[in-house]
Amino acid sequence: MDWFKRKKETLQAVDRKEMPDGLWVKCDECGEIIYKRELDKKLYVCPKCDYHFRIGSSEYIKILIDKGSFKEFNQNISSTDPLKFKDSKKYSDRYKAATQKTGLTEAVVTGQGKIERIPVIMGIMDFSFLGGSMGSVVGEKVSRAADVALKEQKPFIIISASGGARMYEGVLSLMQMAKTSAKLALLAEANIPYISILTHPTTGGTTASYAMLGDVHIAEPGALIGFAGPRVIKQTIGQDLPDGFQRSEFLLEHGFIDAIIHRHEIKSRLAGMLRFFQHQNNNIFKSQESA
Amino acid sequence: MPTDNIKFALEFEKPVIELEKKINEMKEYASSTGVDLGEDIKRLEKKAEQLRKEIYSNLNRWQHVQLARHPQRPYTKDYIERVCSYFEEFHGDRLFADDKAIVAGIGMIDDYSCMIVGHQKGRDTKGNLYRNFGMPNPEGYRKARRLMQLASRYKKPIISFVDTPGAYPGIGAEERGQAEAIARNLFEMSRYPVPIIIIIIGEGASGGALGIGVGDRVLMLQNSWYSVISPEGCAAILWRDSTNAPQAAEAMKVTAEDLLELKVIDKIVEEPEGGAHRDPDKAAEIVKAELLRTLAELSEIPADKLLEMRLEKYSKMGYWNESK
Ligand SMILES: [Zn+2]
Repeated sequence: MDWFKRKKETLQAVDRKEMPDGLWVKCDECGEIIYKRELDKKLYVCPKCDYHFRIGSSEYIKILIDKGSFKEFNQNISSTDPLKFKDSKKYSDRYKAATQKTGLTEAVVTGQGKIERIPVIMGIMDFSFLGGSMGSVVGEKVSRAADVALKEQKPFIIISASGGARMYEGVLSLMQMAKTSAKLALLAEANIPYISILTHPTTGGTTASYAMLGDVHIAEPGALIGFAGPRVIKQTIGQDLPDGFQRSEFLLEHGFIDAIIHRHEIKSRLAGMLRFFQHQNNNIFKSQESA
Repeated sequence: MPTDNIKFALEFEKPVIELEKKINEMKEYASSTGVDLGEDIKRLEKKAEQLRKEIYSNLNRWQHVQLARHPQRPYTKDYIERVCSYFEEFHGDRLFADDKAIVAGIGMIDDYSCMIVGHQKGRDTKGNLYRNFGMPNPEGYRKARRLMQLASRYKKPIISFVDTPGAYPGIGAEERGQAEAIARNLFEMSRYPVPIIIIIIGEGASGGALGIGVGDRVLMLQNSWYSVISPEGCAAILWRDSTNAPQAAEAMKVTAEDLLELKVIDKIVEEPEGGAHRDPDKAAEIVKAELLRTLAELSEIPADKLLEMRLEKYSKMGYWNESK
């Protein structure tokens, strides 16, 4: 429940604009002042303390995808505000503001590209777009990308960064969890590898659907990953939460993450996994084949 | 309309419940003293009927939410008792624990042998502590999954009763993978090769509800609510005050009528006038008839076709613009 309570808090704690303008950036973790060009070169990881700055889809494409190989899908799909939702502001106004502020069309970018020359289908979420929340459009884009992966028999990768389902679309955003999970079930049946990469933060309905359904779960170091937000849990149980609660390392210890991978190594290790799944063991089951 | 059993009246229904009580008192007085109050009683009964119609046919969304949470509303086990001629409860996820917030077991509904799962709330403080207010931990979802897998192997239709204020937000729940437990159920429920009927009988709060809520037909009792977050939760974030829950319920469009219009549910199941708690037997009778009708309908469909239709159903969910 209450997936969105947490959003305010993460916004305060984490809402450093994706790569702020200006020449210098201060590390949120250790306070180090870093020359921005240097940070770009370090893939947005603090050179002093290894803190992973939150980045968006365009940075991940640069980091992971072979240069020039990315082709975006379904950029033309946008929200209709099906509930005509309004609190102090209209959802349609918030939506417009988000597109203007981020230059993105939605909270996920999907497309095809190559990782060390291996073709993949990808979905990459942008937390900066309405907290990376999953509404009808995110669900639809992820589903269609999964359809392409199934049809073209290419590995599927999603990088999650999301506060959960989008409240402004009510129960319709909840249904996107079922929709995307159903598509992933088809990929699994067809033995098409699906790799889920969880980044800071991944919570609520996103975690409780595609982020937790990978053949492989990779997390960036120190990412907040969970179902309920820490504040809701704290309120419910009335006690402080243990150190490191709901962080990548905590999830790994409890058995929900295969590997925590530093951003500097992510591309090569991801490529290694893709090659592993691609590899055909022609040296086993020989007797059955000849039979 | 039985009112003797109503121990709790919501603010908006007080006028009619008081009137009904008065009529009962008059009837008792008449029968004990032999005084003829027939005319007066008839007149007041007519008035009560009118009042009921006025109140219950014009409920706003928040009033539906309140009815869905009525402390005397029938819960999953109340339906199971009345709908099944045979039921054996099965416990435990075979991994960690038995979650009392979800009940599951095998049962007979007329001539159908079914797997039945559902959220279970408690009736009083003690019961609610035992049932964790109907808020499951991961074990609950995994127990349901284990038994739904069993149902798939033995070709038993699955009936799921949804009634939860949400999956439990606790330390242990996170440690044991609340998100993974729910996600895995969505994934698997989309592919079980047997008919799955979901019926929302009270509260359908977010992933905690959906975690046993994916199926071929989604039915919803007239006074239930279902959304991505509770009205209080939504209000706390957007209005910064959970007392704005009535506005949040309006904005999120949480009622059965809303969900039918949004094509998220397939059918609204009528409740006895004034809500299921006014007449649980009658409510269960209606639910049973609806389940039997749906079972008969789904039983006609071959398994591969059923899966195809289920995928199609969820593929269509949502609304978006697609420009050229
Ligand atoms: Zn640092």
